[in-house]
Amino acid sequence: MNSNSEKLSHAVFFALALSSISALVLITVFILVQGAPIIAEIGLFKFVFGMTWAPLKGEFGIFPMIVGSVSATIGAAILGVPIGICCAIFLAEFAPPLMRNIFRPAIQLLAGIPSVVYGFWGLIFIVPSIRDHLGGPGLSILAGSIILAIMILPTVISITEVSILALPSSYKEGALALGLNRWQTISSVILPAAKSGIIAAVILGIGRAIGETMAVIMVLGNAVALPESVLDPVRTLTTNIGIEMGYAVGAHRQALFATGIVLFVIIMVLNTTAQYIARRK
Amino acid sequence: MSNDSIQTATEIKLKMNKVDLHYGAFKALSNVSMDIQRNSITAFIGPSGCGKSSLLRIFNRMNDLIPIARVDGEVFLDDLSIYDKSTDVTYLRTKIGMVFQKPNVFPTSIYDNLVIGPKKHGIKHKIDLDDIVERCLDQVALWGETKDILQKPAQSLTPGDQQRLCIARALAIEPDVILMDESCSALDPVSTAKVEELMMELQEKYTIIIVTHNMEQALRVSDYCAFMMINPERAGELVEYSLTVDMFSNPTDQRTEDYITGRFG
Repeated sequence: MNSNSEKLSHAVFFALALSSISALVLITVFILVQGAPIIAEIGLFKFVFGMTWAPLKGEFGIFPMIVGSVSATIGAAILGVPIGICCAIFLAEFAPPLMRNIFRPAIQLLAGIPSVVYGFWGLIFIVPSIRDHLGGPGLSILAGSIILAIMILPTVISITEVSILALPSSYKEGALALGLNRWQTISSVILPAAKSGIIAAVILGIGRAIGETMAVIMVLGNAVALPESVLDPVRTLTTNIGIEMGYAVGAHRQALFATGIVLFVIIMVLNTTAQYIARRK
Repeated sequence: MSNDSIQTATEIKLKMNKVDLHYGAFKALSNVSMDIQRNSITAFIGPSGCGKSSLLRIFNRMNDLIPIARVDGEVFLDDLSIYDKSTDVTYLRTKIGMVFQKPNVFPTSIYDNLVIGPKKHGIKHKIDLDDIVERCLDQVALWGETKDILQKPAQSLTPGDQQRLCIARALAIEPDVILMDESCSALDPVSTAKVEELMMELQEKYTIIIVTHNMEQALRVSDYCAFMMINPERAGELVEYSLTVDMFSNPTDQRTEDYITGRFG
């Protein structure tokens, strides 16, 4: 009796655990089945490096979108990563407990704001500011980068802070006992020791930025063209799917799934790299 | 001033005068006064929790890391008042090096572990840094086995060698005093013997203070011995401080005698 109920509970938990994995498998299989044929038809090289996206003419080249995703993400990393790392150092090494208790939940709250709200705020605040002060349409790589930089902060800050706090206190004591001051201790002992965790934080932040859709649809302008400056609008891989999926049929629809495959591969590579680096010690 | 008084004055390297240590409202050390002789090895012994490590850390202000710690009384390194507001604590720590209980090499190469201190204190040229590395490794008798693997991770060394590397790292900043906080307690007997031998060699140039649980070790290596115990108010105090040979052959305090003969602790 007892062992039967134990077996039952085991089976129930196993089935529920399986369901989350099976969701991953189903989605992966689905986008592969939907998207792979069109890549095979066009040719991987022509699909990835093609410059023209004209669904009505049957031309599917996503290179401008790859450039769009990469440029907005690099911009986000340039703006967000230094701020995030400095914030994590401050929280882990300098902040008095009271301030830490205010900062931490506040940063977590940042992760809880819906992305459409970020986009909306960007559209009515950042976009006009850029248009008025720097020129161009305002809807631009810069606007997207600023929004994405804010959105990756919680990821970068929390993972960096955890990896700093995970270091044995003996490193810090050892450095201070050598007569290093606080900043020398951080820069030459703490940060190098936490390096792998910090790199993982950055990569996961980048993965978060490259996968973001809603906020960037609203501020990037979505033009399918190679940008010439950070003030030009771009379309990312995610926004391409988000904008056109509603009305796409046939080969067009397949091409959007194929865009999804490319995105999927990029994010898988980033996450795997992050996990590999974080585990390497 | 006569020659004699100069002699006496220079022989005291560290001085504590009526020192109390508080952690918040808790009094951890009560009324400790002691003079540490230059080029001697002084051992702090006593039962667990009596404040030996806390007392040791007063000299290089490592207690500063604990925000609620407060030190009253006077502590001197030569003429430098250690707890004076104008004292540069980073300078102080270059004069008083420390080796910890567990080997705490940094997760970098052997070479980088040794040069990190000197580099931060302004030595830039590679030739000078190379010299320091060779000299310090030589002093701890590690040069022979590590000279070809200087770029390897320090953590790949055995714990005993890591601890000797930590001692070399402390020597690299050219301190006058070396504090060793139970630095052999994580080591096997062979490594312990090597470190003890090293202490006695280093004594020629440095003033050494060790904290130890091991009374045989105190007897083997130290010139002076300080026996500490918790008083009825639960604060640590210095019970007896004398030449090691005197303390072990003829303790003046009953509590010291009880402890070193193994009746408690």
